[in-house]
Amino acid sequence: MSTTMTMAAALNAALRDTLETDPDVLLIGEDIGTLGGVFRITDGLQNRFGAARVIDSPLAESGILGTCVGMAYRGMRPVAEIQFDGFVYPAFDQIVAQVSRLHYRTGGLVQMPVTIRLPYGGGIGAVEHHSESPEAYFAHTPGLRVVTVADPQDAYSTLRAAIECDDPVLVLEPKRRYWSKGEVDSSVTADLSSARVLRRGADATLVAYGPLVVTALEAAVAAEDDGIDLEVIDLRTLAPLDRDTVAASVRRTGHLVVAHEAPGNVSLSSEVITSAVEDCFDRLEAAPERVTGYDTPYPPAALEDHHLPGIDRILDAVDRTLGRRSSREVA
Amino acid sequence: MLTTTSAPDQDLVDGLAQPLFVLGEDGTRHPDTTLDPFLHDADEELLTGLYLDMAVIRALDDEAVALQRQGELGLWPPLRGQEAAQIGLARALPETDFLFTSYRENGLAWCRGVGAQEMLSVWRGTTLSGWDPFAHHMATPQVIIAAQAHHAVGYAMATQAQGKDDIAVACFGDGALSQGDLNEAMVFAASFHAPVLFFCQNNQYAISEPVAVQATVPIALRPTGFGIPSLRVDGNDVLAMRAASLLAARHIRSGKGPMFVEAVTYRLGPHTTSDDPTRYRDEEELETWRHRCPLGRLERHLDQLGASIEELHAEAERRSEETTAALREAVTALPVPAPESLFDHVLSTEHPGLLRQREQFRAFTASLAPEPTETAQTGGPAS
Ligand SMILES: Cc1ncc(C[n+]2csc(CCOP(=O)(O)OP(=O)(O)O)c2C)c(N)n1
Repeated sequence: MSTTMTMAAALNAALRDTLETDPDVLLIGEDIGTLGGVFRITDGLQNRFGAARVIDSPLAESGILGTCVGMAYRGMRPVAEIQFDGFVYPAFDQIVAQVSRLHYRTGGLVQMPVTIRLPYGGGIGAVEHHSESPEAYFAHTPGLRVVTVADPQDAYSTLRAAIECDDPVLVLEPKRRYWSKGEVDSSVTADLSSARVLRRGADATLVAYGPLVVTALEAAVAAEDDGIDLEVIDLRTLAPLDRDTVAASVRRTGHLVVAHEAPGNVSLSSEVITSAVEDCFDRLEAAPERVTGYDTPYPPAALEDHHLPGIDRILDAVDRTLGRRSSREVA
Repeated sequence: MLTTTSAPDQDLVDGLAQPLFVLGEDGTRHPDTTLDPFLHDADEELLTGLYLDMAVIRALDDEAVALQRQGELGLWPPLRGQEAAQIGLARALPETDFLFTSYRENGLAWCRGVGAQEMLSVWRGTTLSGWDPFAHHMATPQVIIAAQAHHAVGYAMATQAQGKDDIAVACFGDGALSQGDLNEAMVFAASFHAPVLFFCQNNQYAISEPVAVQATVPIALRPTGFGIPSLRVDGNDVLAMRAASLLAARHIRSGKGPMFVEAVTYRLGPHTTSDDPTRYRDEEELETWRHRCPLGRLERHLDQLGASIEELHAEAERRSEETTAALREAVTALPVPAPESLFDHVLSTEHPGLLRQREQFRAFTASLAPEPTETAQTGGPAS
């Protein structure tokens, strides 16, 4: 039943299986046909399903999303691929002012089951505009679901759930994890409203999502050497946020660290920490900590290792929230 | 037929039936009533210069591809096949005209005196901006497709407001035609008679997508709907490209508003070094375009004029070797920026939040450094 595959292959399988079963689903994006997408996520699909269901679009992101709106009016369930994170901004208006609002604006008469796939995040040594983490802009938008995946199984199940969902869903795919392998069982389903507790621990709650889930799990293993028992949560659904799972965990551990690649200012960590403070302030034993990209534009590739949260920075923050000696005292 | 002395209000597009050209594929010089007035100065010396320019940027491009293959560069967008379009444009404009380009115009950058380190640094990932835009009258290359078209129009409108007569050039590919930005830029340019040249290198593909996905009629027809006159030119004919650029620049400089040039050419290599063009193009098509090589065509013409091709090759090789040696040397000499430079230039003045992050970054980095050894603490020459 389950097979080992990369996250890229899992996403491809999810698209294939959905196209197979639902005639209303179609794919649209730049270079997704013959080329199979620059990351090969749509590899072979145009061959199999034809150019009318796997559409190579003109080079226009606003056009892609605006067209999806019209298609959804007509009952289709379009899945749009935006080639890279940095190219979603030309489509920003269609996403935040159109796709995400129509259901509300029409009092529920119009549904927008539009899925937007967005490779995102850094760590691949790319040039400018190819390593962005724009999730906060979108998570701020009412009417839009924002999810991100962390491993092949999660990628398969979550993408299928996103396409089945009657709401518009932005699926953030951590491109630096595209080539990591894992087991995928196509019968496993996902829901779009819950976080995942990936590891139980007693001392502190470490919340991450997308590309940093692997890093957080590695940090938890490394923390064992220092006698620290970390609970790791994959947030997965960034909007609406599953604050209950986070709060339940923090109530047990009393400590919270949130890690993501995006700048920390007005970010998901701002939201998660605020929610925890609102939900279980009485159970927090220390100030929550966050480990994020700095509040700078994404730097040139030669500096990205300094910008991206790694195991050491995460453990440094864990030390702080546990009242242990951290870099800020050493200096 | 488009003339340069009166407002081109009737036929807004020239070269539709057949892209304008003056050099046949066998190197024979053909008359062309539109371009001929801009070819008076095309003597052997000028032609030789254009040939050498093309040979050098081809060598530069090949060397950069090799450097990428050797792991010295993260990425490179090859321009092979598009030498005539870039050299024809660069050698038609005074260096004070301001260029707003995308990532593939390294031939233009070279003509504008951009040095090897400046050119490679972005692709090696040590900086986001390789050169000083004002030193070279060339903006830092644009990755977002078509965004630079707006910038060129704005620059041109500002130039006009200042009563100056330099022009701005927006360079882009065929894919850019689909973006709202380019179409909006043409509206602004036309409405305000902005002194801007829209320069499209139609190299037939936007990554894997053939130009037919972006335009079902010749690209040069698009601007006419905005009231912008355009020329469709054989982009592999450097002489035609230079003449067309001269024509357009004169038209624009004389106050008649924007103009559009479509260079019909072909990208012989991959889109970038991470692209696999065998997935979307066939060998036959490639072979056809290899025969239209802009260097070969000019070489045959020079041969017909009686120039010494042997000397030409020798000189091309000498200059190419000079350029590629500079690239090789530059790439390893490129400094990795200090980690703390992450925090530089976010805002034009420091603000407390970022200062705090910088301090925390410093402390964190210091905490990772190995404990200083005995000798490091006490050793070292006394000064
Ligand atoms: C807004 C935006 N969308 C997508 C991309 C990804 N992308 C980079 S180059 C390219 C193709 C560009 O083709 P064209 O405009 O014809 O120029 P060429 O590369 O052929 O010179 C694409 C899709 C991008 N850089 N910017």
